[in-house]
This record gives sequence, structure tokens and C-alpha cells, in this order.
Amino acid sequence: MWEIVIISSIKVLLVVVAILTGCAYATYMERKVLGHMQHRIGPLYAGPYGLLQPVADGLKLIFKEDIVPDNVERTTYALAPLLAFVPSLLTFAVVPFAADVDMFGYRITGVISDLNIGILWVFAVTSLGVYGLVLAGWSSGSKYSMLGAIRSSAQMISYEVAYGLSIIGVILIANTFSLREIVEQQASITDWFVFRQPLGFLLFITCAIAETNRAPFDLPEAESELVAGYHTEYSSMRFSTFFISEYANMIAVSSVATTLFFGGWQGPLLPPILWFCIKVFLFMFLYIWLRATFPRFRYDQLMAFGWKVLFPLALLNTIVTAGLVMLTDWL
Amino acid sequence: MSLDTLIFVISVIVAVFSATMMIVQRNPIASVLYLIVSLVAQAVLYVQLGALFLGSILIIVYAGAILVLFLFIIMLLNLRGNEDLGEKSPLVSQATKFIVSILFVLELVFVVRSGYVAESIATGVADTGSTGFGSVEDVALLLFTRYLYPFELTSILLLAAIVGAVVMARRENRDIQQSMFVEQTPSETFKKGQG
Repeated sequence: MWEIVIISSIKVLLVVVAILTGCAYATYMERKVLGHMQHRIGPLYAGPYGLLQPVADGLKLIFKEDIVPDNVERTTYALAPLLAFVPSLLTFAVVPFAADVDMFGYRITGVISDLNIGILWVFAVTSLGVYGLVLAGWSSGSKYSMLGAIRSSAQMISYEVAYGLSIIGVILIANTFSLREIVEQQASITDWFVFRQPLGFLLFITCAIAETNRAPFDLPEAESELVAGYHTEYSSMRFSTFFISEYANMIAVSSVATTLFFGGWQGPLLPPILWFCIKVFLFMFLYIWLRATFPRFRYDQLMAFGWKVLFPLALLNTIVTAGLVMLTDWL
Repeated sequence: MSLDTLIFVISVIVAVFSATMMIVQRNPIASVLYLIVSLVAQAVLYVQLGALFLGSILIIVYAGAILVLFLFIIMLLNLRGNEDLGEKSPLVSQATKFIVSILFVLELVFVVRSGYVAESIATGVADTGSTGFGSVEDVALLLFTRYLYPFELTSILLLAAIVGAVVMARRENRDIQQSMFVEQTPSETFKKGQG
């Protein structure tokens, strides 16, 4: 009994440390890649190739003054960054990172918790993430924050519908909700669900970018109209908590996309955990690439795109996939 | 005390405490937050009984969608808990509420004392880990076989509600547009400027 608790705690600790380091270096990667895409060099002075830049940024944010405006709702204002941060980490509880290994006489699974409703857990946790943003905007007592919060909650609720529908194709084919079993069904590259669910994958990645409030769907923090959206009034570590949770969300979505469509940790020669990291890295690159390529949507375009394009396409994908699964069963 | 009992006791305390706080609070935003905490604690209880699907649906649908809408409405009406709720209700009505509440508490005590609830919870905890109860397959099978008719009826009910909401929203919208139009005619503005 207690060894399970100890093994799980070690796994949780390792994953949290890895994710937080990943978040720090995702900011470095973003600045570097964006820089080169715009014919600049990016951060250069802190350490070799500017590799210590995230450390410098972190130290700077810790030493900044924590400014709390006068007309905020104190409790909610303090609570909001945590409500945004915690759900972004909870997703990793069900993501399989590696194959099972035998160590010290125990069989150690490559996932913190192999829930048989893994995908539903991911969606439950994602749907809780909106509270952090809404409460941050509301409690700040500033109209820019409020507008950002209203935008983000409307956007997240709208895109969650198509987001949920886009993966039903994968569930129908895999016939399971467990992420571990879904990975095991994608042993060779031809079995990857991205080839069996191409439309589902495109819908998933589009909605996922909207769910994480990233460019070109970053309306909640459109800096040219709303200053910084819901976290305008936050400073110091409270601000950086929002910042970290945004990057943790990106890594979480990349991990889920890897697991559902790109075979998770499966791959030849290299150890499984490395394959997982490579695939997640490629998704993070895609995020930054999209940010450098596309201009921001207008708000009505965003809503129309979600409800009039993505949602019907997701329904179509579900119906066609269900029909094909029925047909192959019947033949 | 085993781990199961510990988790059970903690989540029960959290659920009951936050449910009470939700009613007692004046600030509506705090009420919504307490309700979310209570729902999450209830989801833990479902998961402990082996009903993983029900637990996650409780979070996805209630905590993740419906309460966001509650929060949205409270934010849009800008309720901060210091609103004037009007005069206190008359003594007779207060007394009635008090008596009915006491009756409910007594009923609750009788149900708990009868031992039925405790027994079912105990067997439920003992069954933890089995997927025989409340799994996705079970719920789906029951929904699409034995309860197919009520299930389809519910979907028609929801459709009717959606259509009704759209109709009401549209009518109100047209009224607003008309009134805005009247206010913004040049003559009206001109009169206001003269006054």
C-alpha cells in the first residue's frame, strides 16, 4: 500500500520539476525561435547562447515589487493565479510518458495514474482552468481585465464544444478512454491516429490553440486593445504564475496531442521518454511558428469560426467515423 | 485508519462545510466558489465508489460549464453582496420556514440512524477498484437500452428549451434596437441639447 504512495509521490515530483523547467525553457525557445523568424538573434548575453536567460527572468520577477491596486477583491485576487496554475499541472496526472519498467523489484508504470477515463480527466481539468482567468479579470477591478476575462471565458466555453467532439473519432476507433491503451494501439507509424483521423487532428489542434489562448486566438490578452487582458493588474510572482500556467497549458496540450495522434512514447531505437519529449518539442515549435505566421483574429470572426466552421466539421467527423467503425464491425 | 476512510472523511467534511458556507455567504462570487469546492469533493466521493465516469461528468458539466455561466451572470449584473434585499419577511412566514427546516433535519437524522446509508457507503467503498458499477460502458448500455425512451425525451426537452431561449432573446433584441433607434434620431438629440 505505502510503496504505491511513495512511488507515485516520486513520479509526481519528477514530473512537476520537469514541467516547470520545461516552462522556463519554453519562454527561451519562444524568444529565440521568434527572433530568428523575424531576422533577429533573440536573447544572447546571459550565459552561452543566452541559455541562462530564463534564470535571469525568474530572478528579476521574484525581486519585483508586488503591487496590489486599491479596488481589488483581495481574496479572489490572491486566489486567481493559483486557480489558473493548478489545473494546468493536473493534466499530466494521466499522460503516459514512457513504457513500463521494472526497477528495484517493482513494476513502475510510465504514467502517474492510469485512469480508465483518462481523456475525460483531461477535459474535466481543462474546463476548470477558465476560473483562474475569469476571477482574475473580475477581482482586479479594472475594465481591461474585465473585458479580457469575459472574452476568454466566452472563447473557452465556445471552443470546448468542438474540442471535445474532435477526439470522439479517436475514442471510437480505439474503443477506450484510457490514454495508456490508446498509446499501445499506435505501435507502428502507420497506426498513428493522425493518419486515421486527419480531420479530427486538425480540429483538435485548432481548438487546443484557442483553449490555451495562444496566437492567433489570443484575444483575451490582445495587447494592442486590452493592455494585457485579465492579468493587467498583476505584478511580480503573481504575474509570473499566470505566465507559467500559460506555458504549462501549452506543454499539456502538446502532450495530449502527442498521446492521442502521434503514438505517444512509441518509436524506434531511442528510449521512449526521449521520443515523447521530441514529439512534444515539435508541437511547441508549431505553437511558436503559428504565432510568428498568423495575425490575430477579430473577435466576431473568432466566434463565427468556432460555431459555424469547427463545430459542424467536428460533428461531421464524429458521424462519418462512427459510420465507418460500424461498417468495419459489420463486414 | 485506512487510506480509503481518510480520503472519505476529508472529502465529506470539505463537501458539507463548503455547502454550508455557500448558503451562509453574502457575496455571490464566494458562494459560487464554495459550490465548486463542494462539487469537486462530491466528485471525489463518486470516484471512491468506483463511479469514475459520474465523477468526471460532475466536474465537466457542473463545475466546468454550468457554474462558469453562473459566474458569468453574476459578473455581468455586477453583484457584490451588498445589495438591498428589501424588507424582512413577516413573522408567520419566518416561523413556517423554521418549522419546515426542523422537519427536514429530523428526517435526515432518521434516514442516517436507520443505517441504510452507512451500509451502502460501506459496501461501495469495499467495491472500490471494480469497474462493474458506474463505468462508461455500463452507463452507456443502460442509456441506450433500458432508458432509451426517457433519454430521447430529455433531448427533445432540451431542444425545446434552446428554441425557447432563442425566441425570447430575439424578441427582446428587436425591442432594444428599436428603442435605441428612437433615442438616436437627430431631433431627439437636438431637443436634449436644447434642454
